[in-house]
Amino acid sequence: MRVFVPGDSAAVSIGANDVAAAITRIDPSLTIVRNGSRGALWLEVLVEVETANGRIAYGPVMPADVQSLFDADFLNGGAHPLARGKTDEIPWLASQERITFARVGIIDPLSLEEYGQHGGLVGLRNALKSTSEIIINEVTESGLRGRGGAGFPAGIKWKTVAQTTSDQKYICCNADEGDSGTFADRMLIEGDPFTLIEGMTIAGIAVGATEGIVYLRSEYPYAISILQKAIELARVFGWLGTSVLGSTHAFDIQIRIGAGSYVCGEETAMLESIEGKRGVVRAKPPLPAIEGLFGQPTVINNVLTLSTVPMVLAQGADAYKARGVGRSLGTQVFQLGGNIARGGIVEKAFGITLNELLETYGGGTLSGNPFRAVQIGGPLGAYFSTEQLETSMDYESLIAAGGMLGHGGLVVFDDIVDLAVQAKFAMEFCAIESCGKCTPCRIGSTRGAETIDLIIQGVKVEENKKLLLDLCEVMTDGSLCAMGGLTPMPVKSAMVNFPSDFLGAAR
Amino acid sequence: MKYSPWSQDAARVLLATLRDEKGPVLMALQLMQKEFGYVNPECVPLIANYFNKSRADVHGVLTFYHDLRTTPPGEHQISLCVAEACQAVGARDLEKKVKAKFPDETADSYCFGNCALGPAVMVDGKLIGRATLAKIEEARR
Repeated sequence: MRVFVPGDSAAVSIGANDVAAAITRIDPSLTIVRNGSRGALWLEVLVEVETANGRIAYGPVMPADVQSLFDADFLNGGAHPLARGKTDEIPWLASQERITFARVGIIDPLSLEEYGQHGGLVGLRNALKSTSEIIINEVTESGLRGRGGAGFPAGIKWKTVAQTTSDQKYICCNADEGDSGTFADRMLIEGDPFTLIEGMTIAGIAVGATEGIVYLRSEYPYAISILQKAIELARVFGWLGTSVLGSTHAFDIQIRIGAGSYVCGEETAMLESIEGKRGVVRAKPPLPAIEGLFGQPTVINNVLTLSTVPMVLAQGADAYKARGVGRSLGTQVFQLGGNIARGGIVEKAFGITLNELLETYGGGTLSGNPFRAVQIGGPLGAYFSTEQLETSMDYESLIAAGGMLGHGGLVVFDDIVDLAVQAKFAMEFCAIESCGKCTPCRIGSTRGAETIDLIIQGVKVEENKKLLLDLCEVMTDGSLCAMGGLTPMPVKSAMVNFPSDFLGAAR
Repeated sequence: MKYSPWSQDAARVLLATLRDEKGPVLMALQLMQKEFGYVNPECVPLIANYFNKSRADVHGVLTFYHDLRTTPPGEHQISLCVAEACQAVGARDLEKKVKAKFPDETADSYCFGNCALGPAVMVDGKLIGRATLAKIEEARR
């Protein structure tokens, strides 16, 4: 009999290993599957039992609850205060549109058999029967855009690499998920690593690349070990290596581990870091698609972008673009974090409102205090107020509202937050993480933090606010990459949307 | 955590495993730290010579990355996430308490991807969600 206890590091961080050990202690005959997390992190540790009626969920389970679960006959779906019914019918999960995250939490992450049973490898097999042109056309037609934050159409990037001639091309997966409030890349790798491998393999076949590299951050040790094991299994299976699933295509993947630098999530800094150098941003052009890793044509895509490709190839572009709004097609894996009652992964079609995400799914703040601000899109994203809750969550609407989607993370704050302090932190973070190449970012960030400090202390408030806005303009227009160029976004949005926090001593 | 005592000979054996890697300098420094717990300054000329780089190149990489350290770590290492999502659930208050209690072991970090279960803290490589001072003390034992 199988019992599922997530091995996802978020679940483990609140006791999943202890829960699994406690279950085994009481009944050693049970098979414990360490699946990924279903994404309802507020229900973790979510224990599931496989019954004739489907999987029955119990959560959040702490180690101390395990004996009472046995007493309630949970193995046969017995009643218990933590019982949640059938997992697939939990409204929070059932109402989502899981495409990229279709298998996460459901399968054993390292079982190729289960991967195949749940639709895995269909996209790759279709790609192998196809031509480069048709694959790229399918990806372009699907409307899939870069999920790392820039939102660049994936198919167009691939086409550039495919059309550039070279003996060696690379597929680089950006798994340097450094934005606070984002964890989808980690959860996908920990819960369904073969999907990423499949997406990278398809990309390699499409553009003529034989080497893939995943740049994975050191802060994610469990993701590193799962992905490494998955790569090894895929090699043994005859998927990665000199002949992909018996075809004439060769493709293999290697992991490079980050070293705690936020700016290395910027694509050119990431290339420098993979080359073993300081993570200093490169000027563009040349585009990485033409001169990327080691000077060779390189596809750089985020984990979620690459992991969505197998579904596009399996079900077709039309099925993917049937969801979404305007030029934001398909689904977005939103991540609810910070001070939120029901945090986790919400994958929905673009166009859901901010309010639906925060209220229907998020259930308000964790503290129970009134909600005051939400930062969307990571540390370089804007702070939105309660007056903007009807904003449609898609690339264009968020830009129009003075923000950006980024990697899809939402960080919620209750009414204790001081947005002047948050604005100052944005500048301080930029000062700590700047690669130092360009002046507006390297020096502007320090001067910005000092200026906000003066505003907080009430020193020449109006003058300093003017100075700060001027500095923000210089950073936005004069920085080489998004680090310095977007740090003004949280700062300015805080000033515009929360003016009462910038009144100095008068607050 | 257990590390090997620093030894140039052991370091050379490890570097040989990276002989065929493209762009090996950062990997080499990470490998040194994994084995010895830190990057001994003697590694700089060693890696430079081994991979035909200048000492300035290696020093530059060593000083760029937050993860890399040039002094041996203490018995315990506590990394506190102080990024926005954890700030929203009290990371700053926790930071004060932890730094007061374990001033020599505690370092700031930015995001472990546990943003729905913050504050997040890593103690000796083990991730702790909804962290409290008590949970950190427990994990240190």
